[in-house]
Amino acid sequence: MKKFLKLFQIVTLLLLINLQSFAAEKVDYLKTDWSFKGLFGKFDRASLQRGYQVYTEVCAACHSMKYLSYRNLAEEGGPEFSVDQAKAIAASFEVVDGPNADGEMFTRPAKLSDKFVMPYENEKAAQAANGGAYPPDMSVLVKARGGGVDYIYSLLQGYEEAPSGITLDEGVHYNKFMYGNKIKMAAPLSDGIVEYGDGTIASVEQMSKDVTSFLMWAAEPHLEARHKMGFKAIVYLIILTTLVYFSMKKIWSRVKSEV
Amino acid sequence: MSDHDYRPKSKVGQWFNDRLPLLTLANHLTDYPTPKNLNYWWTFGGILTFCLITQIVTGLTLAMHYIAHADMAFESVEHIMRDVNYGWLIRYIHANGASMFFLAVYIHIFRSLFYGSYKSPREIIWIIGIIIYLLMMAAAFMGYVLPWGQMSFWGATVITNLFSAIPLVGEGIVTWLWGGYSVDNPTLTRFFTLHYLIPFLILGLVVLHIWALHVPGNNNPVGIDIKKPSKDTVPFHPYIVIKDGFALLMFMIVFAFFVFYSPNILGHADNYIEANPMVTPAHIVPEWYLLPFYAILRSVPDKLLGVVAMLSAILILAVLPWLDTSKIRSAVFRPLYRQFYWILVADVLILGYVGAMPAEGLYLLIARVATAYYFLHFLVILPVLGFKEKTLPIPLSITEPVLGGAPNFAMAKKNKSKIE
Amino acid sequence: MSEKKTNRRDFLFTATTAVGAVGAAAVVWPMVDQMNPDASVKALASTEVDVSSLKPGNTLTVLWRGKPVFIRRRTKEEIDEARSVKLEDLIHPEKDEDRVKKPEWLVMLGVCTHLGCVPLNDKGDYDGWFCPCHGSHYDTSGRIRKGPAPWNMEIPKYEFVNANTIKIG
Repeated sequence: MKKFLKLFQIVTLLLLINLQSFAAEKVDYLKTDWSFKGLFGKFDRASLQRGYQVYTEVCAACHSMKYLSYRNLAEEGGPEFSVDQAKAIAASFEVVDGPNADGEMFTRPAKLSDKFVMPYENEKAAQAANGGAYPPDMSVLVKARGGGVDYIYSLLQGYEEAPSGITLDEGVHYNKFMYGNKIKMAAPLSDGIVEYGDGTIASVEQMSKDVTSFLMWAAEPHLEARHKMGFKAIVYLIILTTLVYFSMKKIWSRVKSEV
Repeated sequence: MSDHDYRPKSKVGQWFNDRLPLLTLANHLTDYPTPKNLNYWWTFGGILTFCLITQIVTGLTLAMHYIAHADMAFESVEHIMRDVNYGWLIRYIHANGASMFFLAVYIHIFRSLFYGSYKSPREIIWIIGIIIYLLMMAAAFMGYVLPWGQMSFWGATVITNLFSAIPLVGEGIVTWLWGGYSVDNPTLTRFFTLHYLIPFLILGLVVLHIWALHVPGNNNPVGIDIKKPSKDTVPFHPYIVIKDGFALLMFMIVFAFFVFYSPNILGHADNYIEANPMVTPAHIVPEWYLLPFYAILRSVPDKLLGVVAMLSAILILAVLPWLDTSKIRSAVFRPLYRQFYWILVADVLILGYVGAMPAEGLYLLIARVATAYYFLHFLVILPVLGFKEKTLPIPLSITEPVLGGAPNFAMAKKNKSKIE
Repeated sequence: MSEKKTNRRDFLFTATTAVGAVGAAAVVWPMVDQMNPDASVKALASTEVDVSSLKPGNTLTVLWRGKPVFIRRRTKEEIDEARSVKLEDLIHPEKDEDRVKKPEWLVMLGVCTHLGCVPLNDKGDYDGWFCPCHGSHYDTSGRIRKGPAPWNMEIPKYEFVNANTIKIG
């Protein structure tokens, strides 16, 4: 047992050093209280709905979300728009379908089963329209960035005047949380750029939080189900482990030996 | 053991067993005499069996939805995560299961190193184990390529390029491995095929591993040979079954925390970016379980020698039974070896740590020292230690612990000759 | 050893085994359920078909949920033929009136109820469909009249969005 503790200490120490040195590379991110963290973490529905609004009115002009479908907006554990609301949202977009009986492609209003409409035809078109920088697809963006939600949340609020000594090229902006501090995306949010239907004041901070929550859900749509099942699974395992422990004690009491 | 004396009670059982002695086998497995002093470090064999079966079952179900094509692999993984019923659960179990598998195998290997389980008459068990370990690394590496993210792609590029270090034929081998002039669709499909095959090879080797184990029987913390069956042993069922079960459940609790509460912490964020042959990520890091070998690779400045060093670091383990000259198995009775054992543990952890760091400056220096020590341990310290070390007296049997407190060299010698 | 003690031990072992079995069963379900239709498949529920160009006596075949759907614009004779049959003569008695929303339009799954082949148009002894796999004859209402198939061809859920458009599903 002592040896075990010793080993455990070494491992923990190494892990701690490791984590710290990873963290040391980065600036301290802005913090906020995410409702979806922790054992029972859940999304804030209203925030997700507002976040969708920010995405669709601001981000969607350049950023695709190609793995999401309109039906997802009405699914359990997400923004939970009603099915009719989600249908209306879908119908406000035009998608290309076909070919029809005459062999022609045609456009029609989107249905729940359709994927989110993309802002550009393809990656090259997206690059061409954005000065050579491809606006990344946002479906799993939160999981594709080291700092996760904190990073995205900070980045959205990290635009500043470039400190003296740093020269920025045309179309490049200074952001204190961006890797290398130089970013091609201009500050996307400004106070009041969207008007929330529920009366929440659309400050940059509020919009950053809402849209980041929305992106977290988009990247991990089954997060709530996972947390719920995880809690049940672990409680179950602890109960079974306890039972097995006492059974083991009973069985081994037949021989003179320590377990 | 009285395997051939076993007769099933029922007529049907006898009829069947005479034609295919499955019941004899079952009887052998349940009655198998096991040393009763096995500690919890011995439960990892059972845990590893669980890991292998979990990986095979979740892997089979994932393969029903995964598409091994460069244009669709990433999308099909997202499809699994979003749309397939319980797809997210199965994929997270499979992805974290690989890490848990390696965690368990490292404990299993280091248990063997501490208690000298690789020594005569258990060399074959040990060598089969090393082959299993090599196959695990191959399977894990190819599995990591399948989601076709940035780390998948660049990991595949870097690792396959290791073969280009081979003189003359290296470039040809790499092109052959890729099936093209870069890692691309042909590479992905063959990796998928092999990733599917290897677990079944491992399964076959596990059967041999256990078969080879059941010939001499388990080693034990005291490291002495014991009579079987005797008062030093207990039947495998129910004693060891329940104990392994208890340890497995503890292991599953840790496993569950990873799967349900931090499923991506052991992975790398870059692997959620689809593979792009035009852009290399800032830091290419292999999965944690390969880091020590990665550090060894990078610590050698020559391309060919680096690869040789990395491979030797693994293959040296296969000849370990002949490098360790001590007749005493368990480190419990080897005070000097015990010290060196813990230094080796620390050395490997340090190698793992610097493997994750950029290969420059102080990190590189540490990696070089640690690499040198790794080989020193196996090639110099172990052989010499067997001759120089004064071992502690070992008991005659598990139930009769060491007599008295003071070292009893006469006893130790007597036992030593017994083992020989 | 007293009896009481044995019982208690038995109870502990029974409880442990039972709890373990429940867990094992719970783990099996995700592995089984993953083979059921996934969320994206379930979402592809409906298709809309423009039938304005279809002439009487012709059939349009469209794909819905991976299966062919026959949309037949029936002639007067075909409707009369379907409606004049006595229910007693049918293998699977169904009135033609119950199988169509508008007599002129027959919308049904083009799948033989025997073993799933696609029957041929305007073939067979009853002027309807004939399945080439094992020789099932269907009439102008898609009802089974002769051969091994047990039921009439299935009518999917559909509606007329307007005079020219049918929405299936």
